[in-house]
Amino acid sequence: MSAIVDLPPTRPASAAQRPGFFQRLFADYGQELVVLAAIVALFVVVTMVNPRFISANNLTTIFSGNAYIAVAAIGMAMVIITGHIDVSVGALIGVLATISGTLAVAGYPVWIAWLAPVLVGMAVNACIGILVAYARIPSIVVTLGALSIMRGGLISVTGGTWITNLPPDFLIAQKSVFGLPVPLVFMVVLTVAAALWMRYSAFGRSLYAIGGNAEAALATGIPVERRTVAVFIIHGAFAGLATILFATQLQVIQSTVPPNLELTVITAAVIGGVSILGGSGTVIGSTLATILFATIGSALIFVNVSAYWLRAVIGLLILATVLADMLRRRGRI
Amino acid sequence: MTAAPYVSLTGMSKSFVGVKALKDVSFDVRPGEVHALLGENGAGKSTLIKMMSGLYSPDAGTITVDGREVRFASTRDASAAGIATVYQELLLFPELTVAENVFLGNYPRRPGGWIDWSEVRTRTRALLDQLDTFDLDVDAKVLTLSVAQRQRVEIAKALSKNARILIMDEPTASLVEADVQRLMAVVRQLRERGVGIVYVSHRMPEIFALADRVTVLRDGGYVATRDIGEVDEAALVSMMVGRPIDSLFPKADAKIGDTVLEVKNLNHGRHVQDISFSLRRGEILGVAGLVGSGRTELALTLFGMTPATSGEIVLEGRTVAITSPRQARDLGIAYVPEDRGQQGLVKQMAIRKNVSMASIERLSAGIFIKAGEEAQRALDAVKRLSVRCRNIGQPVGELSGGNQQKVVIAKWLETNPKVLILDEPTRGVDVGAKAEIHTIMGELVKQGVAILMISSELPEVLGMSDRVLVISGGRLTGEIDRADATPERVGMAMTAHQSGEAA
Repeated sequence: MSAIVDLPPTRPASAAQRPGFFQRLFADYGQELVVLAAIVALFVVVTMVNPRFISANNLTTIFSGNAYIAVAAIGMAMVIITGHIDVSVGALIGVLATISGTLAVAGYPVWIAWLAPVLVGMAVNACIGILVAYARIPSIVVTLGALSIMRGGLISVTGGTWITNLPPDFLIAQKSVFGLPVPLVFMVVLTVAAALWMRYSAFGRSLYAIGGNAEAALATGIPVERRTVAVFIIHGAFAGLATILFATQLQVIQSTVPPNLELTVITAAVIGGVSILGGSGTVIGSTLATILFATIGSALIFVNVSAYWLRAVIGLLILATVLADMLRRRGRI
Repeated sequence: MTAAPYVSLTGMSKSFVGVKALKDVSFDVRPGEVHALLGENGAGKSTLIKMMSGLYSPDAGTITVDGREVRFASTRDASAAGIATVYQELLLFPELTVAENVFLGNYPRRPGGWIDWSEVRTRTRALLDQLDTFDLDVDAKVLTLSVAQRQRVEIAKALSKNARILIMDEPTASLVEADVQRLMAVVRQLRERGVGIVYVSHRMPEIFALADRVTVLRDGGYVATRDIGEVDEAALVSMMVGRPIDSLFPKADAKIGDTVLEVKNLNHGRHVQDISFSLRRGEILGVAGLVGSGRTELALTLFGMTPATSGEIVLEGRTVAITSPRQARDLGIAYVPEDRGQQGLVKQMAIRKNVSMASIERLSAGIFIKAGEEAQRALDAVKRLSVRCRNIGQPVGELSGGNQQKVVIAKWLETNPKVLILDEPTRGVDVGAKAEIHTIMGELVKQGVAILMISSELPEVLGMSDRVLVISGGRLTGEIDRADATPERVGMAMTAHQSGEAA
């Protein structure tokens, strides 16, 4: 069916073939394997120092307590792969959590309180995506603006008060399914689904193409603007899902989300192997990196080192990862 | 012509991480000769040049200068021995003036260590005058100069160090025709003055016009050195490629069928003005024109990158409005761009993914890509177009120019185009791959594809086209049948209207 051209064999014909399984594994998941190895090594070492490290209680803290970060990092990874960035996601989660909690306290059915942050997240990010794609304002500028608007607006509206008296039905992050904590299930299911979609769908492929070379993507018939808006909307949905976990993990909702949440989320994506220049990386990497941070944070406590070192260690990891990325690119092109 | 060589390299070998880049190559340059160095990309030319200019040190082999064996530890040593290099990517400082660049690192001093600027300027002036470059201001910043002028500055810089040997690496690759002629005059003049010149180029006419001797390398090995009178173009090409190439432009006899594309009074801005033509199945329609004449803009308008502001495009009898590349693609129009790195490829992506990029929706079942079929198609494409690569998982950025171009073509063949627009299909591609791309074009027209080929290489336009469109100042200034297409007629049309259109 396709136009077929057969050239006469010329020089020693290229022995072109499919790359082998391990070759593909290392080429596609190099950074992910490194992060995974680091997690395993950390568990082994810290457990030898303090066996309580692998108690069920601590594992729940590590995996479930940080699952919302991993979920938000999935959307962030997609945005960065497409060649953009979003520094407003922390503020967005704060706004969405307040909306969700307010609805729950006001007596609306819990499913509405859960659905609302997802829909509002998509709507907010649709606006961001349109400004980035069609008005061609750099995403860092648009999202810096959005960050200020949302953070300032939230404090003004709530006056910094906490939302209390949340109905017990609402607190889904504290429940279990099949004996597994809900946040862990969210994290794993969403990561796997997003990873498959990014790797095996035409849509996912187009995001890598846009991040790798937007001009070539456009000249190949990929609707770059539409895809850009779409990836921001999807990122908004993941921020909404992350909000559900964040807002329901405690008995109260603070209007101040963890400071630097957006940076933690971006860092997870980058350390997980998503190139800050766009075009490469996976959501598996961002989730593994989130688990790595959580493990480091917990490990520092168990070996009696101040938790403040966590940020310093993460900072070192960022620099090392970006340096490795640059070196990889230089060797290649 | 039998003066003793000034520089001789004997038995040079060099490996990079286990890969032999150069195997036992010998080469010499005599004073007052132009010695052309020929070979395909990857043949070892740059490695050899870099050893001659002190950038690489050889694993084996000896270099003698003026009869004495030497060892270059750095480019400084080579420069002191009288060997200077003008690289393809010019190494000048754009923010400094011409004079500052020429004597950089080598400034004449006054007592007390102060730079003698008036001396710098006077001597730069003298050097440029020697190169018949009277029109170049020594106080102009280099960033304001054209490529040809910058090259002249590089040559002056080499002469300021009393170079006995000047290595020129593809000096005409980015020059327009008039500048090529001036450069050739400069090269001849340097030869008269006894400078030995190593001239690396892909362009045969220049080599036959300039060179006294020619050395051919292939796959890192030495093939032969000949006096230019002993060889012809076909002989050189077959030495480079390692097999005879029947014809430089294998124009296939394809049956020309019905009209596929008809363009009526197409307009976009001032680069596409009132263009009308038709294109038939199985036909190669060449588009000739000077740089900036609007040839590429015409392609971009047809492909929907810069949609037409007025006019009509009729595809297989149906009037269509093309407003985006996606739409053009879905209508069966494909565009292989002029700048493949910029618009053709995602370099860090695997060959497989680049090949499937334009046809990915068709390769999907539901939301998922059929990975097996995708890989199989990429394998077939790599085999058919003989793309030389490790495997289909290799990032395209690692391939040579010619092989990258084949991947871009493969990507578009996957869409089964009716109309294939090729913009400079063989720019920056070596001779072997060039002939292969021409063969591919021949095969495609046999199958009924209509090709619109834009090229600034006149021999390619004349050799490959069934008809030639000539564009000048955004307007059609000629439509010439193959039989009537002579360099003179096409050249005349290329410069027509130029004075009338003061755009």
